[in-house]
Amino acid sequence: MATLDSKVPSGPLADKWTKHKNDINLVNPANKRSIDVIVVGTGLAGGAAAATLAELGYNVKTFCYQDSPRRAHSIAAQGGINAAKNYQGDGDSFYRLFYDTVKGGDYRSREANVYRLAEVSANIIDQCVAQGVPFAREYGGLLDNRSFGGVLVSRTFYAKGQTGQQLLLGAYAAMNRQIHRGKIQTFNRHEMLDLVLVDGKARGIIARNLVSGEIERHSAHAVVLASGGYGNVFFLSTNAMGSNVMAAWRAHRRGAYFANPCYTQIHPTCIPVSGDHQSKLTLMSESLRNDGRIWVPKRLEDAKAIQEGKLKPTALKEEDRDYYLERRYPAFGNLVPRDVASRAAKERCDAGFGVNKTGEAVFLDFDAAIMRYGHEKALTSGINDADAALVRKLGEEVIEAKYGNLFQMYEKIVDENPYKTPMKIYPAVHYTMGGLWVDYNLQTTIPGCYAAGEANFSDHGANRLGASALMQGLADGYFVLPYTIGDYLSQDIRTGAIPTDSPEFDATEKDVKDRLEKLMSGKGTHSVDYYHKKLGKIMWNKCGMSRNEKELKEAIQEIAALRADFWENVRVPGSLDSKNQELEKAGRVADFLELGELFAKDALTRNESCGGHFREEYQTEEGEALRDDKNFKFVSAWEYKGEPKDAKLHKEELTYDNIELKTRSYK
Amino acid sequence: MKLNLKIWRQNDAKSKGKMVQYPLDGVDGDMSFLEMLDVLNEELINKGEEPVEFDHDCREGICGACSLQINGEPHGPDRKITTCQLHMRKFNDGDTIVIEPFRANAFPVIKDLMVDRSAFDRIQQAGGYISVNTSGNTVDANAIPIEKEKADDAFNAATCIGCGACVAACKNASAMLFTSAKVSQFALLPQGQVEATDRVLNMVRQMDLEGFGNCTNTGACEVECPKGISLENIARMNREYVSASVKG
Repeated sequence: MATLDSKVPSGPLADKWTKHKNDINLVNPANKRSIDVIVVGTGLAGGAAAATLAELGYNVKTFCYQDSPRRAHSIAAQGGINAAKNYQGDGDSFYRLFYDTVKGGDYRSREANVYRLAEVSANIIDQCVAQGVPFAREYGGLLDNRSFGGVLVSRTFYAKGQTGQQLLLGAYAAMNRQIHRGKIQTFNRHEMLDLVLVDGKARGIIARNLVSGEIERHSAHAVVLASGGYGNVFFLSTNAMGSNVMAAWRAHRRGAYFANPCYTQIHPTCIPVSGDHQSKLTLMSESLRNDGRIWVPKRLEDAKAIQEGKLKPTALKEEDRDYYLERRYPAFGNLVPRDVASRAAKERCDAGFGVNKTGEAVFLDFDAAIMRYGHEKALTSGINDADAALVRKLGEEVIEAKYGNLFQMYEKIVDENPYKTPMKIYPAVHYTMGGLWVDYNLQTTIPGCYAAGEANFSDHGANRLGASALMQGLADGYFVLPYTIGDYLSQDIRTGAIPTDSPEFDATEKDVKDRLEKLMSGKGTHSVDYYHKKLGKIMWNKCGMSRNEKELKEAIQEIAALRADFWENVRVPGSLDSKNQELEKAGRVADFLELGELFAKDALTRNESCGGHFREEYQTEEGEALRDDKNFKFVSAWEYKGEPKDAKLHKEELTYDNIELKTRSYK
Repeated sequence: MKLNLKIWRQNDAKSKGKMVQYPLDGVDGDMSFLEMLDVLNEELINKGEEPVEFDHDCREGICGACSLQINGEPHGPDRKITTCQLHMRKFNDGDTIVIEPFRANAFPVIKDLMVDRSAFDRIQQAGGYISVNTSGNTVDANAIPIEKEKADDAFNAATCIGCGACVAACKNASAMLFTSAKVSQFALLPQGQVEATDRVLNMVRQMDLEGFGNCTNTGACEVECPKGISLENIARMNREYVSASVKG
């Protein structure tokens, strides 16, 4: 197996980034005007990178499949963004943010990248405020913070439950300023279908105009992929409907290594699937677990009666309920980390104790909290003789003040009043830590091809902490990539515009057209969604919250068979030269059908449990993840070799010089 | 439940469109409106027909992509939600549902229920930003204290999702609510003051150039806005515009 060069600069951890910025080559302002950069994806990472590159003077072309950059799925992030500002004076520092992130990632991320992320995090907040992002403030006029899962300080900045929206609109505004100056050219409703390499370097892309169907050639001196994660390989996830892996996967097929595909974060509190028609899942904030108690019935016959609607959960006596998290994890109870909570819910539902009609839901019950708060409120209001009804009323008011918007959202979707009957929740896929392998400069293994944000693998290891995705996207886009890419582009000051009539563009465009025609020629009777749903079922059942050797091997077989069936039998109506949503979906699902197999192969190869990757064979007696630092303290970077089963593993050994490796324990 | 759908079908921007009837059976009250359309599309594909095109993405009410006029109302009969958050339990068995794209001259139809809202992007490009470079040298975030009430008002204005329901609801197809939301966000913040004069003049000019109608204070936009953007923003923009015109 080959080794990979991460290009981490030498010297003490805290000095690496400063030293590196001083050492790398720069491009002078006049020369930047003759250099073109393509940015694929316009979320936090892509939008921020495009705006900053254009400010610096490069000519930028952006591509997104949505009708406007403002609709990228970063917009849906709710909770907040971490930054080591120490505004609360609670002892936060770059080192603490770095430490929390590496530990939270179960010691599978790269030290130097994570430290840099912590270092630039403070600049992000300054930058966003200067742009007019309306973060939440205290009455004194200063910025407010809150605390997030698994850390001991308050470092999360937020804008109500719409932090992602406000940050994305900030990056979109920065883009708009450059679009107005003519420095960014936008190609909205366009999809990248392939990467063009000239002399081994990324020199452009082939894109499809999604409205006219036209296949277009676009050249540049470098290509930045900021196209997000691949959670939709599971069909159902909290990702947007259009989120896909195509840009990253096309680059992978052209030589970019794909790292740690099996690292997926499954969030424990989402609104459950309501039926076969379900198209996507909605997250309910993790904060609800502060006051909600999670349970399922103790007896199977009660669970069955609840599933069939014959028994009301409120009618079940206390002693007939199984508060399984409190039972299994007495120390942390309902506040165990995301991966543990998710796996425990799946275990109960697999055993038949699920509580909705599909059997895949558990209760999140606020009754105890309502009564507790109500009692407290009655006492502090000087009401000593409050009856149960009054206590309940007062308690509901307290809960409404804390979580009112979430309760309302739940009621809109489920049509049940969560004040009166327990919420039903179930885990759902919502973030992928794996992605294109990048070095310290965010360059993939293809020279000139960069990856930023969720599309790369570098900062979150095997598990991402809450409020860190927004931080990483903006860090990469605003403060890292625009500097590091200059080092590469400094070689190109005499290159001149890259022609699009070269044999390389001809050949890649031909590949793209052949593939599209092949997709259209399927003669079968099954729609694209049919295959996507089938793939999602395999992924969820065999590569989801817990995995084992036997099922992973089955998944590899089943996905390969499904992929063959897809190419033979998929039905794509409409034509190539017009708006055709089924064709768009088909292209994306075709890539998911390859990625899914590599995902399973990666999970099968990693004979340990770490973070979001839980192998049933590798657990402690108490059922906790059993990491194997001796044999698996490396990044798995896969090289494309035709079929996913032939992908070749390359390892990047991880070294921890500034942090001690420990076992995460929650007992 | 069983529904009778009447859906606008149009091949492309140049073709003439028409309403087409589709009976649909087996609709579940727990389905979202867009999932109901997914079911219809699956049926159409299996029959060898072309599915209905519509814009959608996040399906949780924040991206602003979905843009359906349902029984004459943008995003349908429920309030403060987008089309993707509308659920079929709001309808009854046997209902006829008329589904059209958002109608406005400035929003040409691309195909079926999909419209071109790039005019909104161009309004933002004309001035919907604060001119600050990504240097890493901006002042510390807490060096600019902002009154909480103003920060909250700026936030409320900034929650606009750019869906265009305001335009579709307006008898004049005016984009005043949309434009004023961004003007207000920056007018309320100290960071926005430096460019305030040019911003409002340029954004309003672009809005007029795009062919949106004028505001006659009907207030339909506020009623239909999924994010509850307030009419006060239009009043604030008008004040900003008048004072900018005097200065300018």
